[in-house]
Amino acid sequence: MTHAPHIPVVGSRPQRPDGADKVTGRARYGADLSLPGMVWGAVLRSPHAHARILSIDTSAALALPGVLAVLTSADMAANFSADVAAGESHIDLQDMSRNVLAREKVLYHGHAVAAVAATSQRLAKEALKAIQVEYAPLPVVLDLDAAMHPDAPVLHPGMFTRGLPETPSVASNIASRLVMQKGNVDEGFAEAEVVMERTYTCASAHQGYIEPHACLASAGADGQIDLWCCTQGHFAVRSYTAALLGLDPASIRVTASEIGGGFGGKTTVYLEPLAVALSRKCGRPVKMQMSREEVFRATGPGSATRITVKVGARRDGTLIAMDALMEYEAGAFKGSPAGAGAMTIFTSYSAPHQRAVALDVVVNKPKVAAYRAPGAPQAAHATECLLNELAAELGIDPLDLRCRNAVTNGTPTVYGATLRNIGLQECLDAARVHPHWSAPLGPNQGRGLAVGFWFNHGAQSSASVHLVEGGKLLVQEGNPDIGGSRASMALMAADTLGIPYADVHPVVADTASVGYSDMTGGSRVTYATGYAVIEACRELVERLKSRAATVWGVEPSQVEWRDGVAIDGRDPSRSMSIAELAALSGRMDGPLSGQGSVNLKSAAPSFAVNIADVEVDPETGASRVLRFTAIQDAGRAIHPDFVEGQLQGGAVQGIGWALNEEYRFDANGVMENPGFLDYRMPVASDLPMIDTVIVEVPWPDHPFGVRGVGETPICAPIAAVASALNAAAGTTIREVPLSPPRVLAAIMAKD
Amino acid sequence: MAIHVQTRVNGQATEFLCEADASALDVLRDTLGLTGSKEGCNSGDCGACSVLLDGTLVCACLVLGAELEGRELLTIEGVAPPGGLHPVQQKLLEHNAMQCGICIPGIVVAAKALLDRDPDPDETTVRFALAGNLCRCTGYDKIIRAVLDAAAAMREGAGVRA
Repeated sequence: MTHAPHIPVVGSRPQRPDGADKVTGRARYGADLSLPGMVWGAVLRSPHAHARILSIDTSAALALPGVLAVLTSADMAANFSADVAAGESHIDLQDMSRNVLAREKVLYHGHAVAAVAATSQRLAKEALKAIQVEYAPLPVVLDLDAAMHPDAPVLHPGMFTRGLPETPSVASNIASRLVMQKGNVDEGFAEAEVVMERTYTCASAHQGYIEPHACLASAGADGQIDLWCCTQGHFAVRSYTAALLGLDPASIRVTASEIGGGFGGKTTVYLEPLAVALSRKCGRPVKMQMSREEVFRATGPGSATRITVKVGARRDGTLIAMDALMEYEAGAFKGSPAGAGAMTIFTSYSAPHQRAVALDVVVNKPKVAAYRAPGAPQAAHATECLLNELAAELGIDPLDLRCRNAVTNGTPTVYGATLRNIGLQECLDAARVHPHWSAPLGPNQGRGLAVGFWFNHGAQSSASVHLVEGGKLLVQEGNPDIGGSRASMALMAADTLGIPYADVHPVVADTASVGYSDMTGGSRVTYATGYAVIEACRELVERLKSRAATVWGVEPSQVEWRDGVAIDGRDPSRSMSIAELAALSGRMDGPLSGQGSVNLKSAAPSFAVNIADVEVDPETGASRVLRFTAIQDAGRAIHPDFVEGQLQGGAVQGIGWALNEEYRFDANGVMENPGFLDYRMPVASDLPMIDTVIVEVPWPDHPFGVRGVGETPICAPIAAVASALNAAAGTTIREVPLSPPRVLAAIMAKD
Repeated sequence: MAIHVQTRVNGQATEFLCEADASALDVLRDTLGLTGSKEGCNSGDCGACSVLLDGTLVCACLVLGAELEGRELLTIEGVAPPGGLHPVQQKLLEHNAMQCGICIPGIVVAAKALLDRDPDPDETTVRFALAGNLCRCTGYDKIIRAVLDAAAAMREGAGVRA
């Protein structure tokens, strides 16, 4: 029997398996599920940015008809001894518990203080008003200087700066000081012919996912709990919820709904432990969903930052020394991505002497959460803008300056890894030949170039594959599909088995239906979870070969697997298709499946080069991005449409951060713009098409060469846009966002 | 006190009870079980709950449930017959113009509203027609291309696929 050869599908652009559900409204997101007997939860939030909680009286609320349960920190454990490992970072449960529900103090305006469950949303909100909380307001700390002042009010009396040479005796708002270095920067600057030092700031920007946090929890009388929620990691939700509530993780089954965006912001828990605790108290399913205002006030934005960068170079543009002081606001609890910023700030450049000093500083604002390449866009803003200023100072083309100093394979990084198989030079080459780089500019227009770097992540993933009647394949994986990853899994499975893409049915399985998988984050899903899917498919192939060998009475090693068909190596005319083998299951050793579990220790360094053209109206300071080109090394683009989508979406998030987006607080620490009207994200009419170039330098540790593409796209745009705008306006604004009032003020100051 | 409302939703006679301050979005999602319209902001800024009220594009979160009395409402669930696709939906699929997908129901309804009145929009027209629909994932590029492609297909006779 002859079989048609399998045409490889990796690298093609089929429709995603879940596409029809998403265009018809059938896909179910966090707030879309309801259960019989369900009641509604709501959260009481602090009206103060910093205050001691003296007392909470819930009796009046509990007495209201329709109110079934009230929750305060008194219902939660007060002390936690262990941390929970969580992918790229570790979690301090003491802090996480107090962020989910304030205990001794409220630390930001909007901080959760209590929660209720009632028979309707309306009653739940009414009940919040009946909860009496007595506060003793404290002075608020709203920026880096105020927080680091020697006389600053201390947010956490037990927090002493980590990372200092000597253990400090006084509590501080500086949670940690981290130094990453190689070479000797003092010697490097002594060698330099030109030294430039500048300070750059970025405002806090929100991830801006369109779907507010939502969940539905149902606790049974036997302690079994079902939790449905929108999250980037349902296994993490299980771990955190179990740890915070003192439950057995195996008793909690978490189902990840479709997720309406996350960008890092859905890698922690806010409502989920509250919903579970309320459901345990009242014995009914409890649904909770945040308003947009709650999302802004109480969920993680990215850090506001101040970064002072100093570079030393020769007159020919060769960089010798690079030094940075990186101050990152963490919000109310420690844990800004200052360290990640320090890992990225100079990694694109070969200067032998590098140092980054990173401070993690707490302030009375919402605790920051991961935001796409956490810490790196702000770092790249500083370095890349300064290099553009240096290029102008030295009269060198900005692209030539990058090419002269780009890192190469074999370069050790400040964080320990040695770079290998990188595609930075290939991205720079692609920029040089792109028509955008040499296109003419008109009046009031400027061009900016920037390089972006992110280290990516590997870690733990699981997958199972099951052969279904007819030879179709069911793929179970444990990572919420936030941008088309089901399609990537199906493409890799199809080519590994040699079967059509349409025969593969990927499912994002709940925590009781697939093995542990780290979060959808770190640009790791196509890399690590894809690897687990490939491993599972390979195991299935071995079983298929073994079964064919039994049928033919030969050794499994004598069976070849090619194009979805088992072939007898001794007699290639003899073959069995995957469907034929599947049909034998009941008469042979039963159902055919495969398992894949990986813990990838390596991660592929990822580089991008962005070119932006901006036009400024000198009368108003308003600006517009006219053209944008995003070039990035994907390793291998499994599904190019979704890779392009990552590049385009990251570019536009960066454009928003560069030009408009910012948290604005009043003197009491109240966010003044907690809605999409005043927190201005880019809309379709603000933008041009976003041109993309996918560079493919395969990463050798992955069977298909995947590098991971999700985060790097947001690293370079802020710097590219800011540099373009400054070139257009003839200004040197080093603060982000470059909003029209700020740009106009700079233009007027110049005139 | 609850208000009794008789209306038409996606061509079907529909009646429901709602509180005076309940929005049409609350009614759709929580009373009628039509969860395709999404709540992203509840203030008319994100467009995720875009619906057609007597053929006019509105945010369901800005309309009261009681205002639906005697009106004709079209939601994402009604833009194509069961199992079918509107050309805008078909082209969004072909261009893989969605990532998380939460904005897409609103985009489909807003794009349909545009193409119902302007069969041959240029890129700028499409961008302004969708300026009330926030998408945080895609940068809009593929969405704009898909809508332009859908317009072209409809001009060549493509209709709602049953």
